Amino acid sequence: MKRIDHAEASSHFIAETEHEAFHDRRLWDLRQKRDRESQTIPEWQALRDLASAIKEHTLTHLAGYLEQFEAKAKANGVQVHWALDAEEHNRIVHDILAARAVRTLVKSKSMLTEECELRPYLERRGIEVVETDLGERIQQLDDEPPSHIVVPAVHKLRGDVADVFTRTLGTDALNDDPHYLSEQQRVKTRPYFLKAEAGMTGGNFAVAETGGVVVCTNEGNADLSANVPPLFIASVGIEKLVPRLADLAVFVRLLSRSALGSPITQYTSHFRSPRDGGEMHIVLVDNGRAERLGMEKFWTSLKCIRCGACMNTCPVYRRSGGLSYGAVYSGPIGIILNPTHDLRKYSSLPFASTLNGSCTNVCPVKINIHEQIYHWRRIIAEHNQLPFVKKAAMKMAGRLLASPKMYRRSINVTDAAIEHLPRFLLYSRFNAWGRQREVPATPDQTFHAWYLKNRRMDGKTPS
Amino acid sequence: MKVALFVPCFIDAFFAEVGIATLELLERLGVEVDYPLGQTCCGQPLANSGCQADAAPVEALFVENFKGYEYIVAPSGSCTHHVRHHFDAIEQTEEVQQVRARTFELVEFLHDVLKVDALPWAEFPHKVGLHNSCGTLRALRHASMTELGEPEFSKPMTLLSMVKGISFASPSRPDECCGFGGTFSVFEEPVSAKMGYDKVNDHKAAGAEYIVSADSSCLMHQKGCADRLGLDLKFIHIAQILNGARA
Repeated sequence: MKRIDHAEASSHFIAETEHEAFHDRRLWDLRQKRDRESQTIPEWQALRDLASAIKEHTLTHLAGYLEQFEAKAKANGVQVHWALDAEEHNRIVHDILAARAVRTLVKSKSMLTEECELRPYLERRGIEVVETDLGERIQQLDDEPPSHIVVPAVHKLRGDVADVFTRTLGTDALNDDPHYLSEQQRVKTRPYFLKAEAGMTGGNFAVAETGGVVVCTNEGNADLSANVPPLFIASVGIEKLVPRLADLAVFVRLLSRSALGSPITQYTSHFRSPRDGGEMHIVLVDNGRAERLGMEKFWTSLKCIRCGACMNTCPVYRRSGGLSYGAVYSGPIGIILNPTHDLRKYSSLPFASTLNGSCTNVCPVKINIHEQIYHWRRIIAEHNQLPFVKKAAMKMAGRLLASPKMYRRSINVTDAAIEHLPRFLLYSRFNAWGRQREVPATPDQTFHAWYLKNRRMDGKTPS
Repeated sequence: MKVALFVPCFIDAFFAEVGIATLELLERLGVEVDYPLGQTCCGQPLANSGCQADAAPVEALFVENFKGYEYIVAPSGSCTHHVRHHFDAIEQTEEVQQVRARTFELVEFLHDVLKVDALPWAEFPHKVGLHNSCGTLRALRHASMTELGEPEFSKPMTLLSMVKGISFASPSRPDECCGFGGTFSVFEEPVSAKMGYDKVNDHKAAGAEYIVSADSSCLMHQKGCADRLGLDLKFIHIAQILNGARA
């Protein structure tokens, strides 16, 4: 797999100045709403601690809770399936659909089905798949993956959406009013709910105590997808378990406040059993999660509830856009999840961060995201996946900095030596510094030289 | 009190005046300061790139230079953060742990250890915008963080408020990262520069004449951005203002 070049992709994103400015402003606005909304809750920090503790407890007792969940779901009349990986997940879903001669599937937004690349899998097998979340539908019609896990088309301006809809839904090319556009999408999607033989959702939570899947949305499309067609399938990652309904309450208070700065999503729907005369299936998916659970430094990334707060606050994400990460999961959480799937392909992502730590501060389940990013860098270096230039520069710098004598010689201020001083300090690709920034002025002397002149009578340099 | 001064490599090379101001300020405050001559770097650029093996001898040299001192003081938040929180490329002997625990960033040393309550020589008749680097803000806890909604505090502000004639500009995103990020500044140049542009524009719009910070690395990056944009903004390290620089 080709390595993702995040820096290169970000330059194209930034070149679209109007888009970049809107994207940054829109997501920063979500971050500020999150600040205001979280501050209305005096026990916010205690809630984060509690949510983290519940998730850590569940993840360290996962097998038992999964079995409890399965037993309960089966008792509720739900058919439960286990998928080891994306391939098995897709096969299970397709088998269910094919056995019932399903031709059209409506689905609500699910990062897990994106992760498994379910849509192309089913489409290749002749099943029409219709995304029913507005943002996700925009992305589907534009043949692009979601750029954000909560607001999938946030990188598009209203004019872009109007263009996509004109091209694909035949809307009025001159009308980019958001109300018009969302109404058009609504009108064009309704018939699919009636026509589809099957509906599908992901799951924000799975409650072991009830055997139910909980889906949080703002558009109500998950409810239509689950309830209108006779067949309903929910795909759920095994890390989505919480033990009890009472635990769920903690997460419901955190989720939408962290994601969008709203107190709660419009719909928090519990799906526990098939509707009268219908069928309900739950596919529990591993796809690398069990392996991640065994990684000492990274297992807590499984606490993630996919709120996107880390993306909204990330200054790099806001200025490079989700698609620049070249992966299903983008932003800070993507940086720490993606390398577990393919270290080489995603080896540049842990460097697409300033390690500023804001992501860790907003995370509602207290994942130490920026520390995991830092640690991934070590893993990448250890596995020899650093670009050659960086590796060579670090080796040279390490040798210089470990020797006071060589170091002094290299930064000894003479007209000749000063030439390579910035190169040494800023490593390779030095030109990158000067492309959009001025280079620092040449100093008259180093501190070291000043000190020897002004504070040391002997004036000797150590050997 | 015997203190060792750590002047990080890029300050040594590019910003001698910051090292000088730090030394003079500590001396004015009655501290006996040693500058170990064999010092180079703390190893941060290597460790932040994941290169632990390359960082190890640099970290070992750091310990060699600074072992035995009661305090080690550096005019750099990010280097202090590295030594205190990450410095583990070498075996964690008692000596290493002691050096790590005794390393302080200048502002926290003045505020928490010396408990400075007056700087009678300091006067800076300008409007300044304070830039807290991410290392000082979120790792060393120089100031309250907006994400946490905690009660407001700021160690650098407490110190700067002792300076005669100074006034402050308030940028709209006070704790947004400026985009320096060490090697990030060159390997992720497009985003780095854009973040820098946004940062200096924010301070300029707030009416700042100067941007002041405890981190010269952020300032070097921001100055590079401001100069390229043609913004009339000046940059100064907090040690210089506290030591009595007038401009």
